[in-house]
Amino acid sequence: MTLVTATVRSGRRAPRGGQGDGRRRDGATWFLVLPALIPILILSVGPLLYGIALAFTDAQSGRTRSTQWVGLLNFQDLLHDTLFWESFRIGLLWAVGVTVPQFVLALGLALLLDANLRMRWLARALAIIPWAMPEVVVGIMWRLVYNPDAGILNETVRDLGLGDGRDWLTGLATALPAVIVVGIWAGMPQTTVALLAGLQNTPHELHEAAALDGAGAWRRFRTVTWPAIRPVALAISALNFIWNFNSFALVYVLTSGGPGGRTRLPMLFAYEEAFRYGQFGYAAAMGCVMVAVISVLLAVYLVGRLRGGEDG
Amino acid sequence: MSLRTSGTARAGQYAALLCYLVFLAFPFLWLISTAFKPARELGSLHPTWIPEDPTLDNFRQAFDEQPLLRAAANSLTAALCAALIAVVIATPMAYVMARHRGRLSTAATGWVVVSQAFPFVLVIIPLFLVLKYLHLINSLWGLILVYVVWSLPFALWMLAGYVRAVPPELEEAAAVDGAGRVRILVSVTAPLLAPGIVATALFAFITAWNEFFFALVLLKTPEKQTLPVVLTHFLGAEGVADLGPLAAAAFLATLPSLVLFAVIQKRITGGLTAGAVKN
Repeated sequence: MTLVTATVRSGRRAPRGGQGDGRRRDGATWFLVLPALIPILILSVGPLLYGIALAFTDAQSGRTRSTQWVGLLNFQDLLHDTLFWESFRIGLLWAVGVTVPQFVLALGLALLLDANLRMRWLARALAIIPWAMPEVVVGIMWRLVYNPDAGILNETVRDLGLGDGRDWLTGLATALPAVIVVGIWAGMPQTTVALLAGLQNTPHELHEAAALDGAGAWRRFRTVTWPAIRPVALAISALNFIWNFNSFALVYVLTSGGPGGRTRLPMLFAYEEAFRYGQFGYAAAMGCVMVAVISVLLAVYLVGRLRGGEDG
Repeated sequence: MSLRTSGTARAGQYAALLCYLVFLAFPFLWLISTAFKPARELGSLHPTWIPEDPTLDNFRQAFDEQPLLRAAANSLTAALCAALIAVVIATPMAYVMARHRGRLSTAATGWVVVSQAFPFVLVIIPLFLVLKYLHLINSLWGLILVYVVWSLPFALWMLAGYVRAVPPELEEAAAVDGAGRVRILVSVTAPLLAPGIVATALFAFITAWNEFFFALVLLKTPEKQTLPVVLTHFLGAEGVADLGPLAAAAFLATLPSLVLFAVIQKRITGGLTAGAVKN
């Protein structure tokens, strides 16, 4: 959620790049930077490198024997760990299953919010709620909705005469779709706000000119709106994909990875491996594989979309 | 200014907007409804939207069952300290990032983006070992340290945006008058940045108040745990949650961030739009 701002900015360069050219880079600069730089190096960059190094060791929690360098052993084990690859597959399903519908829904909402409608303020206010809520509360809230007996979903199903309803979060077939719906709901605001910011950049004159030329709504969207918001759309969906793939709290609260591992995202798997079974080295190796695969997928996606031309 | 839209298209837009309103609102309304229902109604097989016999029992029971007040105090401490420290150390660096283009600000910007992509598990294991070495496991201070660093990327990003919105001419004028660099920053730039700094601090506060993963891993005993972690204790063993108190506690836990978010929402979304237009 933190970098919606980043996505909007990243497409454009600051125009006044030359500011402060005449100033000397002196001690004062370092004085200003060090208070943030030191904690970043010690508590973020350092642990990251340490974490990558741990992936090549047999580090375990609460062990007296010293940690040994084991080379690629963890990665070899991972290669044969079918449970891990199953969780990886579920992670990808979940990330795509959340990111794509969420983007479509958020784009629709952003277009509605950009139009001059009466209930706009209410929709804006409501759209913010999922953003401000703790993920744990979002999870708890949807457990109340999905509750087989006292939940509103099954009651609605019964009211509509569609049967007795079901146990959504513990059914083998329904668990993953059920958590995906929650993921879509929870992440809508950030995506909507980012797209709305992009939309409000679109020059209205272009829109009106296209309308005067007789272009219909769909053609106006394709020729005027979409090209204008494409950089934002690309950045926010790529970021959403990463965030979703790496997500934890929501599914932890909803299903804890159950039933039978059907919703066990890679982060849940790695968390259990590290903090339930104490396999630090092995879990770190999982983290490395997650980063590597996600980076490759994203690179392919971004290169493809950027080359994709106008229709993208 | 806006395009004229035909009547049917308008009606369609309103219908779509209504669908969104329902989708966005109904889980939250259901949470509130559940929080105020007496146990008898929660056991009913045909739940209703409006509690027939609204009660505050669930709230009372929630406070009896779990140390909610202490958890809220822990959350408040961690989020306040983290937000304050993060803003204090991020503002000067954000200033440098905004005003000086160079390898340092490029690297910082790169780190801001890259730091979003890493799964927390890769950072938390080494952090856990480091904090254990420092005897900061199961300590709010350990958690605060983590939250400070965790909130720095977006704090830097937001603040750098606010700095760019301050005209450099003001600073140059002060420099001509003979003021030193730090002096200019403190007496000219900082006052103009104040609203942005407050918004950034509130956003950092909300993020820390809501955070779950680090708190789950780093805090072991119930006396030290923050609100989101304590909330999960209500879930109990598989499926046997006590729905009323669970809903009541969850509803209370979400109020502070909802209120704060309502306060700064315009700034966040507005700043976003303005930034995008200006750059």
